[in-house]
Amino acid sequence: MPIQILMPALSPTMTEGTLARWLKAEGDAIKAGQVIAEIETDKATMEVEAVDEGVLGKIIIPAGTAGVKVNEPIAILLGEGESMADAAKPTAAAPAPAPAPVAAAPVAAAPAAAAPVASASSAGRVVASPLAKRLAEQAGLSLSGVRGSGPNGRIVKADVEALIAAGPAAPAPAVAAPAPVVAAAPAAAPVAAAPAPKPAAPPPGQAFDMVPHTSMRKVIARRLQESKQTVPHFYLTVDLALDALMALRADLNAKGEKLGIKLSVNDFVIRAVALAMKQKPDVNAAWSDEGMLRFKQVDVSVAVAIPGGLITPIIKNADQKALGQISQEMKDLAKRARDGKLMPEEYQGGGFSISNLGMYGIKQFSAIINPPQSCILAVGAGEQRPVVKNGALAVETQMTCTLSVDHRVVDGALGAEFLQVLKGLIEDPLTMML
Amino acid sequence: MSDTSFDVIVVGGGPGGYVAAIRAAQLKMKVALVEREHLGGVCLNWGCIPTKALLRSSEIYHLLHNLGAYGFSASNISFDLGKIVGRSRQVAGQLSGGIKHLMKKNKVTVFDGHGRLGAKAGAARTVEVLGPDGKVKQAVTGTHVILATGARARHLPGFDVDGGLVWTAREAMVPDRMPKQLVVIGSGAIGIEFASFYRTMGAEVTVVEMMDRILPVEDEEVSAFMLKAFAKQGMKILTGATTKGMTRTATGATVTVEQAGKSIDLPADRIIVAIGIVGNVEGIGLEGTKVKVEKTHIVTDGMCRTDEPGIYAIGDLTGPPWLAHKASHEGVICVEAIAGLHPHAIDVTKIPGCTYCWPQVASVGLTEAKAKAAGHQVKVGRFPYVGNGKAIALGEPEGMVKTVFDAKTGELLGAHMVGAEVTELIQGYGIARTLETTEADLMHTVFPHPTLSEMMHESVLDAYGRALHF
Repeated sequence: MPIQILMPALSPTMTEGTLARWLKAEGDAIKAGQVIAEIETDKATMEVEAVDEGVLGKIIIPAGTAGVKVNEPIAILLGEGESMADAAKPTAAAPAPAPAPVAAAPVAAAPAAAAPVASASSAGRVVASPLAKRLAEQAGLSLSGVRGSGPNGRIVKADVEALIAAGPAAPAPAVAAPAPVVAAAPAAAPVAAAPAPKPAAPPPGQAFDMVPHTSMRKVIARRLQESKQTVPHFYLTVDLALDALMALRADLNAKGEKLGIKLSVNDFVIRAVALAMKQKPDVNAAWSDEGMLRFKQVDVSVAVAIPGGLITPIIKNADQKALGQISQEMKDLAKRARDGKLMPEEYQGGGFSISNLGMYGIKQFSAIINPPQSCILAVGAGEQRPVVKNGALAVETQMTCTLSVDHRVVDGALGAEFLQVLKGLIEDPLTMML
Repeated sequence: MSDTSFDVIVVGGGPGGYVAAIRAAQLKMKVALVEREHLGGVCLNWGCIPTKALLRSSEIYHLLHNLGAYGFSASNISFDLGKIVGRSRQVAGQLSGGIKHLMKKNKVTVFDGHGRLGAKAGAARTVEVLGPDGKVKQAVTGTHVILATGARARHLPGFDVDGGLVWTAREAMVPDRMPKQLVVIGSGAIGIEFASFYRTMGAEVTVVEMMDRILPVEDEEVSAFMLKAFAKQGMKILTGATTKGMTRTATGATVTVEQAGKSIDLPADRIIVAIGIVGNVEGIGLEGTKVKVEKTHIVTDGMCRTDEPGIYAIGDLTGPPWLAHKASHEGVICVEAIAGLHPHAIDVTKIPGCTYCWPQVASVGLTEAKAKAAGHQVKVGRFPYVGNGKAIALGEPEGMVKTVFDAKTGELLGAHMVGAEVTELIQGYGIARTLETTEADLMHTVFPHPTLSEMMHESVLDAYGRALHF
């Protein structure tokens, strides 16, 4: 029987995506494991691999279609000796026998923190009451990845109503959400209180072009608005002396040249942040209504600007990695981020973020926290500044960093202690080698 | 732990209290139950169960008078009221003994006496057990105290219950003799059940209802259906009528009723007052606690917690609906929440209600009027008993099944049934509501033939213009 190829869920939060490109044409023979299409999700472009072999009978969703719902048929795969006439039979219109005839490679590894949430995994069936399913369908919501409040996580009417009330942001808690997400309602509640973003009226008498939002733009807008509206931010700013670090960096880079290692200041900042998190583990935590979620790994997210937006790939277990390893991982992640080739688990999660605008000559700025993390460090440019030392003017290379902090998780003194530790590591960089 | 300190103390051994005790024992808590009279409470001893035994007798009596329709004949049909009442008491006694066994099996320590909240004992709470003389016989302590003291009939000023002329439900189920002219004040489930029982057994019955229809909590079509059915049976029903008082006479009393500005005198040799219940909130030590009482009932949240930490309340002692199965379910929720499980709060629109009159009435969820008032656009289905093969074969052609759906989502909002055995059938719709089925699932369900339950299917089909047999 012809098999429907369905829009895969590439992450637990994914409800829809853009079918960016078809790599196979109708009539092409397909082998299992071959890449047949590319899908642009929230933040990255994913490859869709064929699970079965056959002939691509029909492309249902043309390339460049935005807003394709998860599990919507995107193409029909014909088996041996089958034609599209078989596909037209009513029986073939039924959902494909396997719940996920097409599994994109990244599906398997959901972000670790999200694992307990995804009881209805992207590959499994969604356990929901008939009424809940219908309400979700009418509201255009996907229930995959949602954990319900009914027996064994069954999604019931009240859960869907909470999701609808929470607006499009609702499935967000799946990103490193706390394990006991009951109905997603607790997480959704504060969002529901916020007024739904209304389309602003076009200013009178001004000509404009309407540029449709990309999926990434929508995610950035939703998550950062949610963060700024629901997370009580405060900010701590500190100047860090860089002369010792610059000298050490020059030294190490000279020695690492033949190994192909070239460390950036940012690589040092990543390592210093990781070590400071290790020393002040209370910073590596997230707020949930049920209790404080203390992360067991030291994972550092690093904001990378990419065409059309930004993304935060993660250096995992950064406290256990040498500078050279951090440097190489970061280069690889940044390149693949710009190419749109990151896997979801490479950018979903993390316990702390670093945003560096120093290369643009920005002296100081305050970043918005990347929920559910509790801190983000905004790193400015390293520059020579006049300072007073022992009563005399001197010149020192300095960099200004501002830590944005979620006050529900981290209090002022703890944030200050963290920066103190960080300052110690940056200003005496040999301690980073200990 | 000593024998007087417990994890949970339940005050009151009715269907709320004893079920709470069993569930707590299942969850490995050390449980005490304080009961002042009979295990099983009003439900088992003076309510649901003994009245069902009485109604069974009246059904048989009715059948005996209609034997001809089934090819039988009999003469000199008579009954012995004492034996009928005796059977009813025996049934209650047997079941109450069963509860005693259940308590023993679950290792629930039962204290005989009146339970009253005492002082705080650290994090725990003392409960005093009072003897019949009102003196404290014993004090026990519990970390959690669940109040399940139930309710009693509301009295009507001017109608002093004396057990002879004026009855509440309690007296009405142990009659000394058959009333000749019975006036029933109130047409809720209790009033209607006794009216139906005594009418079937041959008494002249008049029902006085203040509202404009009988069984006022039921769907309006059900009320109208029952009004006709009772009228056909020869019952007199005065709706929109208020009692003004009664004067005793040589043979009983005259009840004065005002209806539409007119005064009506009803002769009666027995009067049943069934105008609702009041919660048993007195003498249980609420003074000095933060427990809030509104209109004789304790205010609780969805997990049966009162405003006083460590004190819970369930069943008739709390808000409506005042039904045994609601009390039992609250007992389970209350205990599971104490145990740190996460039960769903009770949803009253998923609790079926049954009235054991003849024909029977059963319902769950919203009435059509309430559904509309709640802003639903509705689709309504109806199916009459006369269109059902099994009903005709049983000789029970009177009744109907009504279903109310949300037109947009297909949610089954409510179901309302009248007719033979509807009290046994309603649970089908109860499951449907709890599992949140839509019309599609109900349509896809295969109902066995020939059964009365097929009407439940047909009613759903009818709501979507697809009824097959009518």
